[in-house]
Amino acid sequence: MTAPILEVRGLATHFFTRAGIVKAVDGVDLAVARGRVLGLVGESGSGKSVTGFSLIGLVDAPGRIVAGSIRLDGRELVGLPPAALRALRGRRIAMVFQDPMMTLNPVLRVGTQMAMALDAHAHLPRAARRIRCRDALGRVGIPSPDERLAAYPHQLSGGMRQRVAIAMALLNEPDMVIADEPTTALDVSIQGQIVHEMQRLVADTGIALLWITHDLAVVSALADDIAVMYAGRIVERGPARDVLAEPRHPYTRGLLDSVPGEVPPGGRLPQIPGSTPALRELPPGCAFRGRCGRASAACTTMPELPAGERSVRCHHPL
Amino acid sequence: MPSPAVAGADRVLLDAVGVSMRFQRRLSLGERIAGRLGAGLPPASVGAVEDVSLRIVRGETLGLVGESGCGKTTLGRIVAGILAPTGGTVRLDGAPVRAGGRKLTTRVQTVFQDPFASLNPRRRVGAQIAEGPVAHGATTAAGAAAYVAGWLERVGLDPAYAGRFPHQLSGGQRQRVAIARALAMRPDLLVCDEPVASLDVSIQAQIINLLLDLRAELGLTCLFISHDLGVVRHLADRVAVMYLGRLVEEGPAATIYAAPAHPYTQALLASVPRIARRGDIGRHAFRPVAGELPSPLAPPAGCAFHPRCPHAMPVCRSRRPDYCVDEGQGRGLACHLADRGEPLAGPASSH
Repeated sequence: MTAPILEVRGLATHFFTRAGIVKAVDGVDLAVARGRVLGLVGESGSGKSVTGFSLIGLVDAPGRIVAGSIRLDGRELVGLPPAALRALRGRRIAMVFQDPMMTLNPVLRVGTQMAMALDAHAHLPRAARRIRCRDALGRVGIPSPDERLAAYPHQLSGGMRQRVAIAMALLNEPDMVIADEPTTALDVSIQGQIVHEMQRLVADTGIALLWITHDLAVVSALADDIAVMYAGRIVERGPARDVLAEPRHPYTRGLLDSVPGEVPPGGRLPQIPGSTPALRELPPGCAFRGRCGRASAACTTMPELPAGERSVRCHHPL
Repeated sequence: MPSPAVAGADRVLLDAVGVSMRFQRRLSLGERIAGRLGAGLPPASVGAVEDVSLRIVRGETLGLVGESGCGKTTLGRIVAGILAPTGGTVRLDGAPVRAGGRKLTTRVQTVFQDPFASLNPRRRVGAQIAEGPVAHGATTAAGAAAYVAGWLERVGLDPAYAGRFPHQLSGGQRQRVAIARALAMRPDLLVCDEPVASLDVSIQAQIINLLLDLRAELGLTCLFISHDLGVVRHLADRVAVMYLGRLVEEGPAATIYAAPAHPYTQALLASVPRIARRGDIGRHAFRPVAGELPSPLAPPAGCAFHPRCPHAMPVCRSRRPDYCVDEGQGRGLACHLADRGEPLAGPASSH
């Protein structure tokens, strides 16, 4: 495997609320190489989105990165002054958010806001700028990109808007793109199109893609590697095929079993009992042990996530 | 008028015939004046549901699938008597569910997508579950507490939750309360409008299991509306597929998933990514559908799916296919391909 473009070690992002410290991300290790897709999977409250926001330096108060290192192409991002981060953001590392209507400015034409994103990092003559924007739209499968440049976001469908957001993220040819649930708000047929195009873009441009989602099926279609998060930590990671075909953490197994498809129609789904724990009052030890059928006394100490491509944080792996 | 794909009138619980729903946009004064003066104005009404006929047989679960904007939620609300259709009738056991601007029956109840929106945030859970049954005589004010406790237990919640407010519950627990509230009215038909869409995967499985158990226990008849084809496959006995306000295909779930006949159903099924399970070789290939949903304000002429259809023929652009029904197989289909001597019979005889 080539050297990773993004390397995260021991990342911890905590939120200092009046009710207590919320350890949304508590010791996450990740690595993504050029031309690869890492699927970061978890349910709501698992810390997957906060991980994404931490990587790009967009954690708002009362949250803050309290420990760990984020290296992009060997350069440390944690502790970088805001101006230096701003110069990297959009240029070397970009993000696509869940709701394109929140990303795009509703009162500016698509072309205008794309030009602003370009201007933030490069000074191109007008004509070259326009060509670059048009090509970016074309690359993400937007028909008649010239006309779309003059459109306002509300004139586009949800799928088109998300394509514009993706085109904007790719505009400055970043090394790394973080996509936070980019297809969750879209219809299945449009989701299929976008996943398909992202696959092609990663292959063509060699960007590294971190795809944050709760949808195991999308990850199965798109990702090379998978990291599963639970209560702020990665509990299992490995090549997508291995993790999906032979999950070793009871939580991953439970998640996969929860999706209809294995059990014949009408049969009871094997369900994970209980619900995700509140991050504020996490008991010591494995956060999953209260819902886990394999838990023992050993689980009151936190299991380690061993180094290596395929690993699992569990005292009693499957 | 198309006839529904299910016969056997004695077992039919719900009979919707030729249901249409057009939403009118209120014209402003200026637009009304301009209209009087003969100005060409953009269309002021949207056909959310157009000429849909459906039957639901006692004890079965009918899955209604389609993408956003296809009219599935509107149809669900019409079936539940919440909305008055602009055309057609909906009957439950032969009696209309709605007339004279009022919902007439409490025998159809609905579970909505977002339990945070469907539950009153300022009332205790127990009071919300008890309100309907007390008002309609299913229980008395004195017996309400025990009645509510019984239903909470049935949906897997501690009866002590009756004293809580919705914000004190998790998303899955809230949806259980919404289900208990609907079932406490002892409905014959439960309309579930995307009941698991807003829940986490592990909670989804819990709610799906709950619905399976309750259905078996109470002999419920369900209209299950969802965009999630996997969930519908798991729960539904029959499936109806909508596209841009119209039914395009209907049939037994096993048949629809194994051998979809309408190109839209085929495309929809092919565009769903699936988890590569043990034994699968390579990445699961899926083919996205080309194009986007057309605007219901200006639906394409002919078959509404023709701009995205890989098999579109000249006739598809000019003439809308009839909804043809094969009562023997319980299947329905609206596609010109079928007219060319393919699997289904001609237009329904009850024209």
